[in-house]
Amino acid sequence: MTLRFDIPEENLASILAKAFGNRSFLAGFIITALVAAVAIVSFFWTPYDVTRLIIADKTQSPSPAHWFGTDHFGRDILSMIMVGARNSIAVALVAVGIGMGVGVPLGAFAAARGGLVDEALMRLNDLVFAFPALLSAIMITAIFGPGAVNAIIAIGIFNIPVFARVARAGALAIWPREFILAARAAGKSRTLITLEHVLPNIVTLLLVQGTIQFALGILAEAGLSYVGLGTQPPMPSWGRMLFDAQTRMVVAPWMALFPGMAIVVTVLGLNLLGDGIADILDPKSRRQR
Amino acid sequence: MQSLLGRRTGQNMTAYLLKRLIIAVLTLVLASMVVFAVLEIIPGDPARLMLGMNASADQVELLRNQMGLNAPLALRYLHWASGLLSLDFGRSYTYSVPVIDLVRERVVVSLPLALIALALSTLIAIPVGLFSAGRHGRAGDTIAMGAAQLGVAVPNFWFALMLIYLFAVWLRLVPAGGFPGWGAGVWPALKSLFLPAIALALPQAAILARVTRSALIEVLNEDYIRTARAKGLPYRTVLWRHALRNAMIPVLTILGLQFAFLLAGTIIIENVFYLPGLGRLVFQAITQRDLIVVESVVMLLVAAVIAVNLLVDLSYAVVDPRLRSRQ
Repeated sequence: MTLRFDIPEENLASILAKAFGNRSFLAGFIITALVAAVAIVSFFWTPYDVTRLIIADKTQSPSPAHWFGTDHFGRDILSMIMVGARNSIAVALVAVGIGMGVGVPLGAFAAARGGLVDEALMRLNDLVFAFPALLSAIMITAIFGPGAVNAIIAIGIFNIPVFARVARAGALAIWPREFILAARAAGKSRTLITLEHVLPNIVTLLLVQGTIQFALGILAEAGLSYVGLGTQPPMPSWGRMLFDAQTRMVVAPWMALFPGMAIVVTVLGLNLLGDGIADILDPKSRRQR
Repeated sequence: MQSLLGRRTGQNMTAYLLKRLIIAVLTLVLASMVVFAVLEIIPGDPARLMLGMNASADQVELLRNQMGLNAPLALRYLHWASGLLSLDFGRSYTYSVPVIDLVRERVVVSLPLALIALALSTLIAIPVGLFSAGRHGRAGDTIAMGAAQLGVAVPNFWFALMLIYLFAVWLRLVPAGGFPGWGAGVWPALKSLFLPAIALALPQAAILARVTRSALIEVLNEDYIRTARAKGLPYRTVLWRHALRNAMIPVLTILGLQFAFLLAGTIIIENVFYLPGLGRLVFQAITQRDLIVVESVVMLLVAAVIAVNLLVDLSYAVVDPRLRSRQ
């Protein structure tokens, strides 16, 4: 769990060279870029219109006309997966944004101040961690109503302590360094030091955690939509597609197969990307011990 | 995380245990306040909800008084919280029975499911982690960790659907869902928990295997491992007796966290398999706006998570003798 890091002293070109020499990063980058591209393309073009129901074409098995088959309303599964990608990415991305936006300042603040402030913030973290994320997301959406926005908020809240913890741990490792001492001797305030010296040095840590939380966010959104509390129909979402598939497993197993594979591929890509970034920037694994 | 391991000098066992206990209780109290507050801000009057739209204002007011809804906030919290301590969660709005009765019926499904899944996940993950760490960087390690990487990415409810298709629809080996109840015998009941437990366990096992492997690899690089090898101990002994034991702290930490995931996971998995557990109860309660049931189950699960994390903290002391001896 303890992420170690070092300040990258190389220039951008050498980092990039190393990045694309890393198998995990390369695979993760390609998959993630592909998923993102599919999501972007879905804004302009999908093989079929996902809002049109053609009952005559319902539950058709995969064919050249419908690569991934059709669902119980005759909608093209491939087109729905494309639009669903857009939705999954948006929810997970905003949830990561919430987590970072609130969590990182909290964690950095706790590390800069130490003492009681630190202790209090960490206890608050314990509190949020005591609520299993999915359970609380269910509670939040149950109370405030289902929907993509509430799903984002629910997932985002549980990203906050994760980023607070990572930012604090990272910042605590930076504070005893000599260049911080120099900055303090120069009379800079704790806030300024945090902004100018601490945060730039923990960016990579946050990036790694960001990809992990992004992947978890996609899983969480799918879970919430699957139980009917996330994205609402008619907006296609991967989780909702799996819900629709469940009662039709015998007649149309492809309805369950392809949306699930879309989730697996996306999450796998993000995790590989995160692992790759950690590998490249972690001096311990760089030494190949 | 470091201070929690009690590595600071001069901190003895009792102080460590006491600190963890106080933090656990504090977290529980705060959590109960959060859950109570959430119920408070929900729009809608439970009394009106119970009586229906046609009730007169007087009737609603009477019930509000009976339910204690007109008492001051702090008093209501204390009443509710002290009820929790004696396992009195209040009455379900829709079933009109004590919530604890509903919970008691359901927990005998959810708890065994979570425990079987936890056991299964540990039994798979630790050997895989040992296998991989022992072959660090070789083909076996690459294949095992590739599989684990894939496993981490699989949503458990989709995995469950695929298992249903394979084992229930196609091979017809196990029922696709439902639960006969423990009254129908241990074997039929276990049989219907089999697929759900696998669906829950495998993605968790993938995470745990990765953590076990990296913790072991870290430990295997320590000097005392080299010493143990140098004095002629067989590799197997070194791996099991020296390395695994020292790698246990991160593994235990993840196990504790996983219990929380498993509990939450059962909620979704129960819906996939139509198991009458706490998860089904929560969803039925949500659709019926029976919020006292939702709140009670959430509170119960949160308490379980806090208790398990406390147990994990205590087990650090068992695993790590430095914690015990340091006076």
